[in-house]
Parts: sequence; structure tokens; C-alpha cells
Amino acid sequence: MHTFEFIRPADQGEAIATSAQSKTAQQGADVRFLCGGTTLIDLMKLNVETPARVLDINRLSLDKIETTTEGGLKIGATVRNSDLAYHDKVQSDYSVLTQAILSGASAQIRNMATTAGNLVQRTRCVYFRDTAMPCNKREPGTGCPAITGSNRTLAILGTSEHCIANNPSDMCVAMAALEAVIHIQGPKGTRAVPVGEFHLLPGDTPHRETVLEPGDLITHVTLPPPITGSKQFYLKLRDRASYEFALASAAVVMTVAGENISYIGIALGGVGTKPWRSPEAEAVLSGKPANAANFRQAAEAALRGARPQSENKFKIELAKRCLVHALETAANA
Amino acid sequence: MATTVDPTTTTTAGQTSSASEIAVPITLRINGKEHSLRIDPRTTLLDCIRETVELTGTKKGCDHGQCGACTIHVNGRRVLSCLGLALAHDGNEITTLEGLGTPEAMHPMQAAFLACDAYQCGYCTSGQIMSAVALLNEPCGSDDAAVKELMSGNICRCGAYANIVAAIQQVRKRA
Repeated sequence: MHTFEFIRPADQGEAIATSAQSKTAQQGADVRFLCGGTTLIDLMKLNVETPARVLDINRLSLDKIETTTEGGLKIGATVRNSDLAYHDKVQSDYSVLTQAILSGASAQIRNMATTAGNLVQRTRCVYFRDTAMPCNKREPGTGCPAITGSNRTLAILGTSEHCIANNPSDMCVAMAALEAVIHIQGPKGTRAVPVGEFHLLPGDTPHRETVLEPGDLITHVTLPPPITGSKQFYLKLRDRASYEFALASAAVVMTVAGENISYIGIALGGVGTKPWRSPEAEAVLSGKPANAANFRQAAEAALRGARPQSENKFKIELAKRCLVHALETAANA
Repeated sequence: MATTVDPTTTTTAGQTSSASEIAVPITLRINGKEHSLRIDPRTTLLDCIRETVELTGTKKGCDHGQCGACTIHVNGRRVLSCLGLALAHDGNEITTLEGLGTPEAMHPMQAAFLACDAYQCGYCTSGQIMSAVALLNEPCGSDDAAVKELMSGNICRCGAYANIVAAIQQVRKRA
């Protein structure tokens, strides 16, 4: 691990002003915010992250969960994943979020990891984590050995010829299906970014993973008011029953009025270079009967753009069946 | 490994500086006792506990948050000490295995691990017990499957899992 200066900013203003001095907020940032540390410290030990300054923002009072005036939920940046998952209102009104968070990591890590930290969680691609290997995400222009190498667990949606790393988050998948909004305070003021627009596709700049710029501090995430009568389900398929990243996962938020689906939110995990909301699958189901044929058609639509690599073609059918099963479970709940 | 014992370190700029130059003061409260220390900012909570404070009950396994051997309690909740910076934990109430019980006066969970033979080599046991004690205060279903799910962050390469679950269930049933 490289040396760094450990700083505990007195307030948000100081945190933002100091962070704004960083050359980038993306890979290679020389100033990093520290929350739970479950990603950052791990990557600093591997010398994948080498910040010169580490800003501890754990004590900036960003750890509250409150009801918004619209009846939604405001989740502070440093709310721990376990506190979010077990929060009464999340369990009752946004249960897909509880399910997603509890399907990820371990109890210890969920006690440390935070809302904002999970939003900027880094890929588990082995080449990204190994500084002896080339990696366009870690060192732009060096190449992507995953494309011809070990890629069984990597992405099939949103990939480019420069990067096929998948986003490992479960929480973000549920937030995508729930249409969460990320609130950022930066040097120029505040802005609100829908979770679907927060993460970037790799394209030819895989080192840029989010819209964050130097000085940008995620202060909180808001969830819209609960969708009345919605059935919610998160299904995660993986190599082990617990404490493992998804090969494919699906978050479903569904309301059925009479025969037909009146509201549908669908997002996939494990298969995309970003948390993968599927407007294609939603369009298939919106206003249609909740039946097996339509569910399968939605799954086909969700995976239509999939581009498998040498070792992960199985993920296409796995993700389809994952989504169908999640839809059936939600519909019958 | 612990950076506090290295005589020299290399900075990001490539210059060499002595460890004492970059060491910073911190006070940690571990098992009810205050420790005033000077540490390299890079020191993890795990290395600080083991190498600086010399409480070696907490074990280093993978050092990357994948095995659970380093599990301790911070403010009553279980966390991985290998993924925490010691500097981020001043003012926090830190509990290690040494703070749970003694050979003469064991914590009920320690006694249950002994009674159920819930270990073989023992290397993961400290982390297993710290996780198990924390689990008693977490939302956890009553069946073995719920215990297994919430203990999945603690790996046991000897495979003592069945007896670990039995020990935890024994304590939960007596509570």
C-alpha cells in the first residue's frame, strides 16, 4: 500500500473542497472518500488504488434514513447496508432492496459497507485487481486480457471491445428497479441523477465508471413513494449458496390490476457492465397479462443485445430463466 | 503485513522516508482499555490490534475481506478488521476475543464451542466466535439454515461447520 495522508474533514464543505483538488474522481483519483472501506482498502492493498489523501467521511452525519415530503425515502450516503436492509420501511415498502442487500457479501461486510460506497463498488474482474496484468479500466490503453482470457463471470450486456467487466452490486440492481435517485453535492452545487444515468457504459473509456467529477460527494439516495400493492422479488444465481457474487440476478417490482400488469420495474445484475435496467423487458410486460408466455418474451427482450465471451455464453439462458423465475415468483406472491 | 515495523517506506512520489516520520498519534479503546499509539496511517485495524497492541487473539487470514478470520466488534457490531484503517476508529468501542472471556470465565459462546467441538485447527475460531456472539443480537431466523446464511462470511477450511452451527444453536436455545 502506498502512503497517504489521512484527513477527517470537519464538514461537507471541507470534504468537497479537498476532493475537488483531485485530478479525477474516477480510476487513479489522488483524493478518495473513505466510508466502510470494504472496496477502497482492499484495492489500496492491491495497489489498484493509490490515493495520496484519504478523506474519512464516516462522521459527517450522512447516516440517517428519513421519509421524504413526497412519501418516499431519503437514505444517507453513509447508512450501512445492514441498517438499510433491516429498516422497517425498507422491509415493508421496498422489500426488493432488503432482499438484494441481504443476498450480497457477508454480515460483517454489510455492517461496514455504505449506501454511497456500494454505488461506486468496483468490478471483481481478476485482471482489474491484478496490477501485473494489462487492464483498460485500470491503465487506459493497455488492453483487455479478459476478452481472450478468464471471462466466465464477466458481462454479456453493455460490453465494448475495451472492457467486459461486470458491475458486482446487488443493491444497485434493486435501486435500478425502484428508480432511485442519487443526490450529489459538488463544487458547483447540488444535482440529482437517476440511478440509471449514474453508471457509465465502458465504451472506449472504461476507466470512467460514473458521472462523478472531482469534488462530487454523494450525500444521499432517494426512493420514490412506494408503489401501492406492488409485489417485489430479487433472485440471485451464483456458484455458492451464500457469500458470492451473482452470475445472474433479477430485481422485479410488479403490480397487477385485474388481469394485466399495471406497473413493472425490471433490472438485472451480474450480467451487465452497469446495473442493468431493462426498459425492453418492461415494455413487453406493461399492460399485458402476467403469464408464463409473456414472462419468457420479456426475458428474450432483456437479453436480445447480449454478446457472450468465450466462457460465459451460458449466462444468456441463465439470465433469462432467472428473470422468468423472478417474474413468476413476484406474480404469485 | 504490518507496516508499522518497516524501517523505511516508499511514498507515492517514490521518495524514501522513515516510518517514524509518517507515524501519527491515535488513541484506541480496545476491550475497555485506552491505548495511546503512534502508527503508520496505512495500518489496518487488524495489524494495529495484533502487531502494535499485541492482542493476537484476532487472526489474519486472507487480509482481503474474504475469510472472516479477523472478525471483531466495533460499537457492538461485527466487522472485518482487515478492511478498516486503525486511524478511522478512534473513539470507537472495539472488542476482540480477549474482551469476551477468559479461560477461567468463558463467554457462553466460547463454552459452547468447547462443548460442541466446534473447531479443528482453531485458526478461524476467534472470528467464528466473534461473529457468533454478534449474531445473537441480529435478526436471524430460528432454524439452522438462517444461522448458516448469517455465518457464511466465516470460512473454516477444516470444515467444522456442522459443530459451529450446533454451538450457536445451543447458546440461542439457552438464551
